Amino acid sequence: MCSCIPSYKSIWVILQGRCALVKKLIDGTYLLMNAMATMQNYSVFSLARNAFSGHRNWPLAWRSPPLKDQYDVVVIGAGGHGLATAYYLAKEFGIKDVAVLERGWLGGGNIARNTVTIRSNYMRDESIPFYVKSVAMYEGLTHELNFNMMHSKRTMVDVVQTWPKLRELRRRQLVMDIYGSTYEQISVNELHQRIPALTGGGPDARLPVICGMVHTDAGVNRHDAVAWGYARAADALGVEIHQQTAVQSLIRGTDGNISGIETNRGTVRAKKVVVAVSGHTTTLTETAGLKLPLRTMNLTAFVSEPVQPLVDVIVNCPDSGFYFSQSDKGEMVIGGAPDMGQSFRRDIKQNVFEDTVTAMLSLFPSFKKLKLMRQWGGHLDIAHDASPIMDQTEIPGLFVTAGWWGGYKAIPAGGLTLAYLVAKEEPHPLMSSFTLNRFRHLDFVMEAGTTTAR
Amino acid sequence: MLIPCPFCGERSESEFIYGGPVGADRPDPNTVSDAEWVEYLTVAPNPLGPVHERWWHARGCGEWLAIWRDTRTHDIVEAPDDSK
Repeated sequence: MCSCIPSYKSIWVILQGRCALVKKLIDGTYLLMNAMATMQNYSVFSLARNAFSGHRNWPLAWRSPPLKDQYDVVVIGAGGHGLATAYYLAKEFGIKDVAVLERGWLGGGNIARNTVTIRSNYMRDESIPFYVKSVAMYEGLTHELNFNMMHSKRTMVDVVQTWPKLRELRRRQLVMDIYGSTYEQISVNELHQRIPALTGGGPDARLPVICGMVHTDAGVNRHDAVAWGYARAADALGVEIHQQTAVQSLIRGTDGNISGIETNRGTVRAKKVVVAVSGHTTTLTETAGLKLPLRTMNLTAFVSEPVQPLVDVIVNCPDSGFYFSQSDKGEMVIGGAPDMGQSFRRDIKQNVFEDTVTAMLSLFPSFKKLKLMRQWGGHLDIAHDASPIMDQTEIPGLFVTAGWWGGYKAIPAGGLTLAYLVAKEEPHPLMSSFTLNRFRHLDFVMEAGTTTAR
Repeated sequence: MLIPCPFCGERSESEFIYGGPVGADRPDPNTVSDAEWVEYLTVAPNPLGPVHERWWHARGCGEWLAIWRDTRTHDIVEAPDDSK
């Protein structure tokens, strides 16, 4: 696409010299089209048109309007889930008087603190259809939002090193088959063909590699594009996004219902408030006297220097406790286990980091030469059964989406189903097993084995 | 993080296994309501600050111990005044 620009430019230089009328015509069309569209459609034509004016006239991707004192719906948290919820509220359910409030900057929370892994290899009948839907929505998101997600459906390969893990994965394969997700066993030879860098885990190793499991639906994309794409599309439908607006407490009316929120920029009234703040869910809900079965933990990730293309799949090593993929820039994006115990920190612990690196070098000894560039933790809350919670709470009008352990993959379907819940006040069929009611009936959706949760 | 073991003194966190939060006292199952029982089973304090938790010195002397740890700093702190 980019190679078009110089040729358009050179044509323009010729035209400019010979025909001033053409310039007026093009400028006029450009102004007219800008005036007609509040959101400019990104295309090869808009790229060419803006090239003519030296890329000085691109409109802002979203507005920064003044904060009103009342909205139909307030969404707390402009991360993936918050922005997606606002977008689907406006698009699917026609609720456009929505404000998304963000304590920091847009795209600076957990949407920027993950490893962009998108997959649907879960265990439970309740979970798999939801994640299958989310993966499918991600694949169409570039067109849906008119924003290049750089989606790369590159397959995830599990490196299996113990027989109990193989039994568990084959059980997952059988359940996933029912719901249209893909899992397939491959031999050690095939595994080495697909991942040539896997030189450890031989017959003499403490945990020799037994086989691989291939999940072809898995992929990666660009996290910034998800945040910016949803923000831009939601804004174009009338949703307001307010950055640097920290919600300090939830306000209940005299009838016990939610009536608004207190922020650092004043009080905002709303009949419906959505809490989509990941690790800080209980921090906010406790201001309204609500206890939730959530504990906040910190999950580790770090990134190497960029190197030549080496691994073209997402490699997951559940027995060793790490996973990684190579980004388009060439960096190895490596994820490990969570810190033990609750944590609101956003850095990684030295012992967790060392454990993850040791595990990685046992299977990929050549990675010893890699220099590590950056590290981060994302704090997220985990429910009692390691499955998400999406429900209207016992405070009428207060909705929560929480407990997302690996919530990045769930953003599109999570936003759609939460918008459904907020608009209709009943759970979306895909999420009906993930309400708070399951705790009242001890009817858990146990997913601890399919995530890095412990 | 160094965790104080009553027998071994301060030891590296790598020697310990996390044993979960110290929850509320177990209610009497014969008299407790369903809601209170569920809360006892599933809800634990999740504060920005000191949290009471158990650790097992599994790769050491094998002792179970409980500490107060700040969730913002990982500092091991004194029990807050309002605890018990």
